[in-house]
Amino acid sequence: MSVDTVANAKATPQVQQPWAELGLKADEYESIKQILGRRPTSCELAMYSVMWSEHCSYKSSKVHLARFGQLEKTTPRGPLLAGIGEQAGVVDVGQGWAVTFKAESHNHPSYVEPYQGAATGVGGIVRDILAMGARPVASMDSLRFGKLDAPDTARVLPGIVAGVGGYGNCLGLPNIGGEVVFDDCYYGNPLVNALSVGVLRHEDLHLAFARGTGNKVILYGATTGGDGIGGASVLASETFDADGPAKRPSVQVGDPFMEKLLIECTLELFQAGIINGIQDLGAAGISCATSELASAGDGGMHIDLDLVPLRDNTLTPEEILMSESQERMACVVEPANLGKFFEICAKWEVLATVIGEVTEGDRLIIDWHGETVVDVDPHTVAHEGPVYQRPLTRPAWQDTLIADSTDKLPRPQTGIELADQFLAVVTSPNQADKSWVTDQYDRYVRGNTALAQPQDSGMLRIDEATGLGVALATDANARFTMLDPFVGAELSLCEAYRNVAVTGAEPVAITDCLNFGSPEDPEVMWQFSQAIDGLIKGCQALGTPVTGGNVSFYNRTGEVNIMPTPLVGMLGVIDDVRQRVKAGFRAEGDLIALVGPATPGTGGIDGSAWAQVVHGHLGGKPPQPDYAAEQGLAKLMIQAAKDKLLASAHDLSDGGLAVALAESAILGGLGAQVALAGDDFEELFNERPARALLSFDPEKRDVLTSLANAHGLSLQVIGRVTSIEEISVAGSFSVSLVDLTRAWRNTIPAALGIGGQD
Amino acid sequence: MRVGVVTFPGSLDDVDARRAVTLTGGEAVSLWHASDSLQGVDAVILPGGFSYGDYLRCGAIARFSPVMAEVIKAAHAGLPVLGICNGFQVLCEAHLLPGALIRSDRRTFYCKDQDLRVESTDTVWSNAFTPGQQINIIIKHGEGNYQADAETVKMLEDENRVVFRYINGNPNGSLHDIAGITNERGNVVGLMPHPEHNVDPVTAPTRDGIGFFESLARYLGALASRTQGGTA
Repeated sequence: MSVDTVANAKATPQVQQPWAELGLKADEYESIKQILGRRPTSCELAMYSVMWSEHCSYKSSKVHLARFGQLEKTTPRGPLLAGIGEQAGVVDVGQGWAVTFKAESHNHPSYVEPYQGAATGVGGIVRDILAMGARPVASMDSLRFGKLDAPDTARVLPGIVAGVGGYGNCLGLPNIGGEVVFDDCYYGNPLVNALSVGVLRHEDLHLAFARGTGNKVILYGATTGGDGIGGASVLASETFDADGPAKRPSVQVGDPFMEKLLIECTLELFQAGIINGIQDLGAAGISCATSELASAGDGGMHIDLDLVPLRDNTLTPEEILMSESQERMACVVEPANLGKFFEICAKWEVLATVIGEVTEGDRLIIDWHGETVVDVDPHTVAHEGPVYQRPLTRPAWQDTLIADSTDKLPRPQTGIELADQFLAVVTSPNQADKSWVTDQYDRYVRGNTALAQPQDSGMLRIDEATGLGVALATDANARFTMLDPFVGAELSLCEAYRNVAVTGAEPVAITDCLNFGSPEDPEVMWQFSQAIDGLIKGCQALGTPVTGGNVSFYNRTGEVNIMPTPLVGMLGVIDDVRQRVKAGFRAEGDLIALVGPATPGTGGIDGSAWAQVVHGHLGGKPPQPDYAAEQGLAKLMIQAAKDKLLASAHDLSDGGLAVALAESAILGGLGAQVALAGDDFEELFNERPARALLSFDPEKRDVLTSLANAHGLSLQVIGRVTSIEEISVAGSFSVSLVDLTRAWRNTIPAALGIGGQD
Repeated sequence: MRVGVVTFPGSLDDVDARRAVTLTGGEAVSLWHASDSLQGVDAVILPGGFSYGDYLRCGAIARFSPVMAEVIKAAHAGLPVLGICNGFQVLCEAHLLPGALIRSDRRTFYCKDQDLRVESTDTVWSNAFTPGQQINIIIKHGEGNYQADAETVKMLEDENRVVFRYINGNPNGSLHDIAGITNERGNVVGLMPHPEHNVDPVTAPTRDGIGFFESLARYLGALASRTQGGTA
């Protein structure tokens, strides 16, 4: 079959092209023709279709994401070194160190093929970090599934967990935390949000561009195969229907060993100072890498597609351009440095091939068998995709949902009922022990993990001499976001901020991963727009800029969209990781205290874990964020950690005081006797923000109380840590810590079996 | 004390092993898989990881690397060698230690703070412990299930060559709860747990790994004073 060359495209303007099958809309196809002044060749059509897909072009979200631009580009520790628009944001953490971090979704592939979908999600985000010149040092993963006891969860969950572990463990990256959440809305559309964090010295920061005529374009890493063809445009942009699994071949297959070699090889190439521009190959493969590199530089680019090393020599040029084969990088190198480049690649046994060069002019020209099959302005491919002002509508049902508050739900009448509900909430799938998942991840490799799950955030030592470190937490509260997308996004941000702060680290910047339903649904777009505005308001108030992010749309099963799930990844800095504070009680006789806003807020039962677990209910209004109190709490925690005033600290979030108290006791292996002011039910289960549960030596009580007051907070001692193995709430109930621990540990294994049965 | 740490393609805990050597007063020397020089080191550590991806049997390819030819030769001559996790698998594949490590019975990767009992202190790598001492060392592997024929296991037990045993739960299905073994001479030890991780209280639950490096230092110290005729 003859190849559709540029000359052929000019000569045959009337040819019918499969633009619709490739995911393009009629007007998008028209604008491609307008840009080119002719119909596209089949190769050009392949490139535009993947690069203009929702996944790559952000065409529905762009106008909203642009509003993040109004945020200051400064963290509490100084200006951002790189921000939105780069492959990952870069934050100055002091002492000449910088940290880059980013989260990315791999939701749809993980439903189709859980193991490979999740594995390649980890691999992709790690390459983004690597492309900034940073050494990847840790992973986190935020996972959402249908109900724990739903049949397909037993297929999807073990596969995804094994994939995250199988890939990350083999790269030698500690997995330091994340989330595991169950809700019916994710049943046919699990969420896999992988976060990677990397470390670099300021002077080692690299940004992608192709400069200097005559410089060589090198493709290195794995060979190019037929996996993942059309993945970006088809899988990420359309929802699943009954024939979902038939799309299996579209999911990429990962080779973590190759990625490990690619990491070490790339870091050595950076060290040698011979990389002029670099880009990882992820979604849209060579189409993306060449058009992004070329449009970011000041010249054009010529690529000879015949030179791309193939796994399968029957691939067509269109397929080579679209292939999403993993573990590949592209970079631009001066001819004088080629020898050194190939020498380093040979040391790591990484295949490297010159496939083209930077040229005069501004065209990206790609040849196949000596004929030109692509001749485009790369900027139109990479950055001038369609931008949609999609209609947005506040759902008619929103008011009904808000009106359906928890006020009418029966509350426990006796101590026995309260105890039963306490147990039910603490041991429910969302609050129960997640070791079944996290024990499948290596949390120790590289020897710098100062905190990992089940602590409130993961923490890494960056500098072994000084103890400088970073803390990271990922949070999304989809239930609150469903009730009020603006406030829900704010609360998700506050929770991540608080999770970082309670360990003693200063929250400095965020990345986001915004998981929503179909953008073609005006109600989803309203949720999305509201959530963005909520994040902006929160980031302004807390002084934490957005460094970058990811949007995943079309998360739905059939016509049912997922609850809006805006994930926030918060980065914190701690001057010395030895000061970190853990969540578990430490010593008998320590006082237990609640610290929070001086004026307690209201609400917090609507949208709570209690409402979900005990009544299967979602309705009403989420609590209001309290930014001044969140910031006061962070300052208190940072100071208290520095001065070694605390034995433990645990944030209050899902499940309120009930869950915090239970977890601090279980993790410490110590009991607790508390007496609560006010209504025991309200005190235990409300989920108002800006609060933490502390324990400390009685001698530290006064200094902590005045410190809390100085930051506008109240510190209320509610009880004592005991060696009696029970949690007792005066006047209401006591439960055996042994039974509670056993039940808390058993929830997930009971549903999924010991280990992953395959 | 110059301790070589081998890096195979896919080695992951080589960084940790080097740090542990340094923290315990030694000098860590990086050894590259493709080199046939051991650079005159006093001991060698084969670290954890997934050498060559371990897509075949774990350690099956690493065993044929140029550096291993030298390690095997030197081990037979008495050089102290410690194989940790993937390194243990490599030692078994290289027949420096008997038996094999197969997929764990739980069939998943498993990361845990594991209790162990020191069964033999009669090796280069365990002489600083006391017999029967209980320690806690991190495990993290998917293929740590130690298997050997009955005769071999009997020999290991009879000759006191089981060095470490899992207690308070067997994490992977290993025969006789075997966590680590030694060769006849006691200079080669392989184990699934990761002592190189248990050296710093900030990043590990215990510092029980230090005993491994103290054991080596003691052995090398004694060796030095013997060869110097006790004049040291």
